[in-house]
Amino acid sequence: MMLSKRLIVCLDVRDKKVTKGIKFKGNIDIGDPVELAKQYYDDGVDELVFYDITASAEGRPIDIEMVEDVAQNIFIPFSVGGGIRSVEDMRRALLAGAEKISVNSLAVKNPEIIREGAKAFGRQCVVLGMDAKKVSVSYAIPSGYEIVIQGGRKPMGIDALAWAKQAEELGAGEICLNSIDADGTKQGYELNLTRMISEAVSIPVIASGGGGTCDHVVDVLGKGKADAALIASMVHYGDYTCSGIKEYVSSKGIKMRQIV
Amino acid sequence: MGGGVDIVIAIIDYEAGNLRSVELALKHIGADCIVTQDPEVIKSADKVIFPGVGAAESCMENLKRFRMDKALVDALESNKKVLAICVGMQLLFEKSMEDGGVDCLGVLKGTVEHFEFPNEERVKIPHMGWNEVDFVTPHPVFKNIPPSSEYYFVHSYYVEGNDIEILAGKTEYAGKVFTSAIARDNLAATQFHPEKSGKVGLQILKNFLDW
Repeated sequence: MMLSKRLIVCLDVRDKKVTKGIKFKGNIDIGDPVELAKQYYDDGVDELVFYDITASAEGRPIDIEMVEDVAQNIFIPFSVGGGIRSVEDMRRALLAGAEKISVNSLAVKNPEIIREGAKAFGRQCVVLGMDAKKVSVSYAIPSGYEIVIQGGRKPMGIDALAWAKQAEELGAGEICLNSIDADGTKQGYELNLTRMISEAVSIPVIASGGGGTCDHVVDVLGKGKADAALIASMVHYGDYTCSGIKEYVSSKGIKMRQIV
Repeated sequence: MGGGVDIVIAIIDYEAGNLRSVELALKHIGADCIVTQDPEVIKSADKVIFPGVGAAESCMENLKRFRMDKALVDALESNKKVLAICVGMQLLFEKSMEDGGVDCLGVLKGTVEHFEFPNEERVKIPHMGWNEVDFVTPHPVFKNIPPSSEYYFVHSYYVEGNDIEILAGKTEYAGKVFTSAIARDNLAATQFHPEKSGKVGLQILKNFLDW
């Protein structure tokens, strides 16, 4: 008996539609978030993430109605992010039916939000989303991965490894680690980055960015030491199913939940 | 009665974590449920769900503040069927080691401990994700579930899996065997979240309606 590794589908939502872009640029519409959430739930996905990707840029809170609509239809863990500006915003999203709240750029600007969120709702509710980009190793960035925000456009001069450790200390219950370089490329996850962060913290790490084939998922859960793999385009374009991916990954000796 | 018709389930609201997902899951299976902070509603309900997410200390404080501690104990004593979930289950014990030690309800004997693993094993805490439950004894709440099903867990504290008086199911994490389901008289409890465990979790909630 052992804990299964998780397969998580990410729904990036813009104008009430699930969208997918390459390196956060040039998005195309995939479909209705509620319908897709139901479809992936029925297909055995372990968890869903909903990002309101334009909320921050538009200076508005997360689309609470949409969170509610999704939450009413799926009975698996469900995290939300985008447009979270305060503990009060977190509370609203939790009351709408989410159970984890992902904070990213907000936490970079105000790390205390992690501590406040963990204190108010428990650390299992607070997911640190981090976007990391490969850079030259320097005094400021000893790990060679820098934290970026605004879809990778704005480097923050913060070392990704140090940030992950700090977030854990502040009370984050989980880290969703996105490689800006790999994101949307379908060329595979950033294994070095993932393994480095996952081995450095004692909280679970979700690998994000670059998943394009079942073997990529096997690699990041195996060699990359991730606790969960986030996918989007693999299933959004209909190339793969969640159940198919999980069956394949299991056949390679990595335990995943099978719907029996 | 069956099917949840005319059964009113009171979900105890003590402002701890997320109760909404429990409510949504119950509504989805057709249960007539109400989220309440009123001890009188607990008293008049047919069944009670005691959920819980978050830290034991603030949960206990809130429970007392809303006088829900007594309402819950009364419900158990009056033979109402009660389902306790996650921290709700843990609070039934005498003490939790969370936040340096918190006195809990003491309905069940024992202490809730923190997962401790040797550093070099790099075991992730919380125990977060899907894991199996070995149901050790038949029970109406834990029936009609395919073997090897997995359930969603998220917790850093656990109850030892050695009290056979109450043990209904056990789970192993990184070599540690803990109590993941409890049954005693009119009480059933789970360390995992049935409301987040997909179809098998909904089956457990349905079983509770029919119990």
